[in-house]
This record gives sequence, structure tokens and C-alpha cells, in this order.
Amino acid sequence: MAVSAAGLGRRHGRRWVLAEVGFELPEGALAMLSGRNGSGKSTLLRVLATAIRADVGTAHVLGYDLRLDREEVRRNTALLGHRAHLYERLTALENLALAARLLDGDGRRAALLDRLEEVGLVDRADDAVQTFSTGMRQRLALARVLQQEARVVFLDEPYGHLDPQGFLLVDAVLRRLRARRCTVLMATHLLERARMLCDRGLILDEGRLVFAGATAEMPEGAVTGGAWFAEGA
Amino acid sequence: MTALVAMLRKDLLLQWRGRAQIVAIFAFGAATLLLFSFAIGPDSVALRQHAAGFLWLGLLLASTLSLADSFEGEMEEQALEGLLLLPASARAIYYGKAIANCAQLTLMGAALVSLIVVLYDAGTLRLLSLLGVIVLGATGLSAPGTLYAAMTAQSRARQTLLPLLLFPLVVPVLLAAVKATSLLILGDPMGQLGSWASLLGVFAVVHWALGGMFFERVVED
Repeated sequence: MAVSAAGLGRRHGRRWVLAEVGFELPEGALAMLSGRNGSGKSTLLRVLATAIRADVGTAHVLGYDLRLDREEVRRNTALLGHRAHLYERLTALENLALAARLLDGDGRRAALLDRLEEVGLVDRADDAVQTFSTGMRQRLALARVLQQEARVVFLDEPYGHLDPQGFLLVDAVLRRLRARRCTVLMATHLLERARMLCDRGLILDEGRLVFAGATAEMPEGAVTGGAWFAEGA
Repeated sequence: MTALVAMLRKDLLLQWRGRAQIVAIFAFGAATLLLFSFAIGPDSVALRQHAAGFLWLGLLLASTLSLADSFEGEMEEQALEGLLLLPASARAIYYGKAIANCAQLTLMGAALVSLIVVLYDAGTLRLLSLLGVIVLGATGLSAPGTLYAAMTAQSRARQTLLPLLLFPLVVPVLLAAVKATSLLILGDPMGQLGSWASLLGVFAVVHWALGGMFFERVVED
């Protein structure tokens, strides 16, 4: 299994934002993670990427234990979070160059420009990130995720802040990751779009996993958004 | 080592890009020296006697601003978390930032010395020794300063918390640095400079070792 979790829980103060979450994702799976705002999607992705620790439960990524093998998990995973993980005072190119040095990757200008070309930012390569819009930051963050060439990728609302061309870019990235046999777990509110791309789905409701299975078997209400987990939507 | 060099490059570049802030912090240090000189009055002997103490107080006060500023960029887009997830070694991150902070404090200290000469008539011909003391003092301040700046970076009250945590810890460094600088300015008939400099060196080694050890615990969830 690429990702497996059992009894995962995370508490913020007295409130459990994740409770008894357990599921498995095979290698190469492209899975969507949905649920209302505050249902624990981002927390789950951050726990699995080792950005934060679970308070209870166990989880393994590619067989590595999240608690015991943090380094190995990090070496094999990439997280696109709500925050872009970028230095605002550095340029787009400098941000990628820093990551390349730490990853022992190709840090030549030409290679980094190619990476920026992929996300449509090549003409802003030498501009400081602080001059970028939120959507451009998202694109650059996506470039850095691709740079990591991780075997398991966690994407937290990758379509957020992007323009229609950006949507197509994320679609293309997902297809490329799938072609590489990469395992992807993506939190998103674009349910119809995600269902067309993903083969598996997970639904969280108030921190609890209420569905895990093939996207074709997802409750119809959950996919259309007028769902039992999103009354009034 | 590659990671350390990458971190140091990144931190020096961030400092260079934020040089307007560094100039403002230096102006703050210079203003404190000016105010201390007003407090003493026109007594040139008293000014010379207190010059070393005021130099290090000015540098210590300015350092709390520059140390806090060194983590601003790390928190804006959770860049520090991004480095840890790459994964970059927490020790490389710490030592890269601590070295960059030490270099910045050394430069600021050297610049404040020129003001001490003008405002306090407190110069010395042993410039290399003075530079050595400033480097050792900056080393002793920057290691715990970087650790505590990381610890308080996510707090809203970081500008208050950092000095509260840092000042008690660096009192020995401050005392040794003031004494060593004072000996250089006022003369060292008993040859005590070496002892105070050694004490500074020991504090620096201890702080740098402990900082490297505890940084990971501070920055990890």
C-alpha cells in the first residue's frame, strides 16, 4: 500500500479535528478527498505529509511509519498546502534553485526555466515572489512539488486561486503524475472535475471518514455537492 | 555540508534583499548610543568608562529586532515548513541562519564602534583584537538568539517575548564582552583580555552546540 492509516486522530485544543480515520490507498492511486469546510481535509493531508503529528493512531506511507521514519516519509512525499512554502523576497528561480540544491536535483538555470515553463511562469522567473498574485504563487508551489519527484503527492485544493488555464494545468499535472505511477491524494471542492480524474474517493465529515472507495461508488449527493454532508449547499 | 551552504546562501540573500530593514535596525542601535551619551552628559572620562557597556547594550537591543526579523521571511508563506518537508536538515537550517545572524551582528557591532569613537571618544589601536571580541560576542548572542527567535516566531507577542527569553540567557556573554571591550578601550595592565575572550569563546561553543541540538524540537510540530 502507498498510504495506510488506522485510527488517526488530531486534536486542536479540546476539539478532535480528525477522529478514528482509517483507509488504504494502493500505489498509483489517484484519490480525491472531499468534505465540508472544517471537516479535517487539510489536517489529514498535513498529518500524512508529516507537517504536523497525529495525536493518536498510526499511518504508513510506502511502508514507512509517520512517527518513526519521518525523514524517509518526507523524502518520498510532496505537499501542496494552503501556504505556498516560498520565500517572498526571493525570485521564482531562486526559490526553485534552493529546493534543487537541497534535493540534489538539476539546479541549472535552463532546467529551472523549463520547470517554470511547465507552470506558465517563465516570463516572471526573475521577479520576487512578493510581486506575485495568489494564483501565481500556487503555480510556483506546484512547480516545486513537481521538482520533488515524489512517489506520493498530497495536494490541498490545487485548483484554488487558479484561472481556467490553471485548472487545465492541474488536470495535466494529475495525468502526468498518474502516468508516473505516483500516488496522489487531493483535497478539493471541485467534485465533478475530481471524479472524472480520480479513481478513488474519500469523504470526511466532522473529522470522521464516512466514505472510502471507488469514485463510481461515491454517494451521488456527495458528488453533486447538494449532499448529506453539506446540507443547504 | 551542501545543505548548510545552501541555507547560508539563502539567509544572506534574504538579508541583502531586506537591507532597508537592517539599516533601520542599525539606526535604532545608533539612536540608543546617542541617548546613552546624553544620559552621561559631557564628562569625557565617564563617557569613555561606560563606552563598552553602552556599545554592547546598543548591540543587544538592536539584535532583538534583527533576530526577530530573520524569521519573518520563514513564516510568511510557511517557507520554513517547506524546507523541513523537502526534507532539509533542521541543523543545517539552524546553523545557516545562526551564521548569517552572527555576520549581521558583527557588521552592526563594527559600525557601532565607529559611533563609540565619535560620541564617547573611546577608541583603541588594537582594532583586530576589538574585531575579535565583537565576533566572539556576536557569536554568543546569535546562537541562542536564533533559537529563541524560532521559538517565538509564531507568537503574536514575539517582539516582547524574544527579549524576555533571550536577555537572562545572554547575561554572561554580555558581561564577558563588556569586560573584554572595556579592557581594550581603557587599557589592560593585568593582561586579563585573554581570559575574558576565552570565556566568551566557551559560552559561544556551548550555545552553538545546544542550539543545534534543540532547534529541531523547536521547529517541528
